[in-house]
Amino acid sequence: MAKLTIADLKKIKEQYHQGLREGGFRVKITVHMGTCGIAAGARAIMNTVMEEIAKSDAKDVAVTTSGCAGLCSQEPMATIELAGEPPVKYIALTEDKMRRIYAEHVKGGKPVQEFALVAGHETTY
Amino acid sequence: MICAGTGCVANGSLRVKDALETELIKRNLQGEVKIVLTGCNGFCAKGPVMVVYPEDIFYQLVKTEDVPHLVEEHFIKGRPVQKFLYTPPADKKTIPVMNEIPFFKHQVLRALRNRSLIDAEKVEEYIARDGYMAAAKALLEMTPEQIVNEMKKSGLRGRGGAGFLTGLKWELCARVQGDIKYILCNGDEGDPGAFMDRSVMEADPHSVLEGMIIAAKAINAHYGYIYVRAEYPLAVQRLQLAIEQAKDNGLLGKNILGTGFDLDIEIYQGAGAFVCGEETALMASIEGKRGMPRAKPPFPAVKGLWQRPSVLNNVETFANVPPIILNGADWFSSLGTEKSKGTKVFALSGALNNIGLVEVPMGTPLKTIIFDIGGGIKNNRKFKAVQMGGPSGGCIPHTLIDTPVDFENINKTGAIMGSGGMVVMDEATCMPAMAKFFLEFTEDESCGKCVPCRIGNRTLLTILQRITSGEGREGDIELLLALSQQIKDTSLCGLGQTSPNPVLTTIKYFRDEYEAHIRDHTCPARVCTPLVKFVVNQDKCKKCGQCFRACPTGALKWEKGQVAYIDPEKCTKCKSCIKACRFWSID
Repeated sequence: MAKLTIADLKKIKEQYHQGLREGGFRVKITVHMGTCGIAAGARAIMNTVMEEIAKSDAKDVAVTTSGCAGLCSQEPMATIELAGEPPVKYIALTEDKMRRIYAEHVKGGKPVQEFALVAGHETTY
Repeated sequence: MICAGTGCVANGSLRVKDALETELIKRNLQGEVKIVLTGCNGFCAKGPVMVVYPEDIFYQLVKTEDVPHLVEEHFIKGRPVQKFLYTPPADKKTIPVMNEIPFFKHQVLRALRNRSLIDAEKVEEYIARDGYMAAAKALLEMTPEQIVNEMKKSGLRGRGGAGFLTGLKWELCARVQGDIKYILCNGDEGDPGAFMDRSVMEADPHSVLEGMIIAAKAINAHYGYIYVRAEYPLAVQRLQLAIEQAKDNGLLGKNILGTGFDLDIEIYQGAGAFVCGEETALMASIEGKRGMPRAKPPFPAVKGLWQRPSVLNNVETFANVPPIILNGADWFSSLGTEKSKGTKVFALSGALNNIGLVEVPMGTPLKTIIFDIGGGIKNNRKFKAVQMGGPSGGCIPHTLIDTPVDFENINKTGAIMGSGGMVVMDEATCMPAMAKFFLEFTEDESCGKCVPCRIGNRTLLTILQRITSGEGREGDIELLLALSQQIKDTSLCGLGQTSPNPVLTTIKYFRDEYEAHIRDHTCPARVCTPLVKFVVNQDKCKKCGQCFRACPTGALKWEKGQVAYIDPEKCTKCKSCIKACRFWSID
């Protein structure tokens, strides 16, 4: 790969912000996969998400991972972000819960309140 | 107050403002009603939103065509318009906003700034959140002296536990002449109950690399190691990937970002020894020797790894560096207390409702961390104490719950900040048994090089074992105190110098429990099995039968409305009944 310069850093930053917001994805699903998440079963949640996407043949759902989201005792956790709406963090997931979230929130656009912890991003510095 | 945040403007809030102005002029109310545009209200999904004072009425989903009706009803007739009022969906509680719930509200994320926002395995996501911009600034626009001065001014103190000023450490090394220097990252984390560094390495490995690049420039090092224990496979894997990505993109290696600066970083996997968190032992381990500390001076800044000048910082310290360079020392020091600046990451564990990884400004009271963020004690039990700083730290009793958490105030209690482990204990914790637990750990982890640590800790443990098994003798407490002081004074390295802290602090704050074990042969918390009688206290028993349901051996006899009875023949002292009893009625 070509070596980056500082101008490239700025370009990547701009492109990436566009990509996340307007890159054609309607939904972004983040499965939190730190050691705490994985120990609590995040891989099964991730697999469920992938299965559901394959089943519904969705092309507008982006799936990604992140590290520990802080609230280790409530893992596995996932964040669902619909374009133009605040992200919703779900806690203590099971495969069944994830399937319901996929059907109602990812496909139907309506958050599943009973499994949700909070809406919104954290305030960082 | 009309919201003019991006969300509401996109939904037409500025057109609503124009319509409102026109309507007010039409009605000749422009002198009485003032329109103010505000920043984002946070409730973007229901925009355009506005708030009308003095009644503090919140309107949502306001449309331009509705404005005349609104002005007529509200401003002239004084009746709030029901149609635009916010109504929570019937009978269902709405999802709270992140900053409304205490777990998130009290946190300020700096070292954890990318928590749950980026994919640790994609360098682009790190760059998208200002990643490597600080390294670029340091390499291109700053001299080593300027970097050191900025760090000194920020007041950042090492997050590994000792709290030495990071800028000062870099300055000492920068001043030493030498063509080969090393920048080292301490990712060995062995304290029971601590997982801060592991989480940072897993969730945001590039932030550690970037911090190291900046430090390398400051001391003029071109080679670095990250020392990670092999028990952290995910951290090792993600760091390894991050290093490869950084190299591929010219963010590590030769001529970083075209600035002419070179730095190579390699991971060294340790075998998971607590003492290897001690800097000289860590360096010995990288050199391929047994991980044993040596006496200082010479300090590593002068003679470190392979006798070369070296700087070793902890993971969290490095993660704090890029935002300091990017936003300046004043930004960093705006949070915190007089001598402890910025924020600190804590790993909350133990008898808490919310176990996790949190970051708060220095000076946040313990109470806020344990009760607001931690959600209080599990199972409605009472808070008894918190062990801070792992086996090197000490326990802080419930009476000191208002202590602000910073280096000075925690040291005053006899505990230490340490790397940030917080083990919270409820009333079912036995303090001598807890001290024994930590001593077992340090005794096990002592490298054995110096006598006070090797034999002293062993002896401390023997006395604690005696006390918790009911064989404590008069004078044991004094013996523990005297021996602890000697071990602290004469040990070679930090491990031995701090290992008696749990003993000292539990005696300081819970001496009565030691006395109860030694003199009365009882364990007030019902933890030390040899000291528990396994007899139901008739006065305290509430006849609820919880113990009966929990007993796996049929030793418990209970009938509705009757006091329970434990058959000593069948009882195996498994403590199931004690755990089940909510009234402390088993002696």
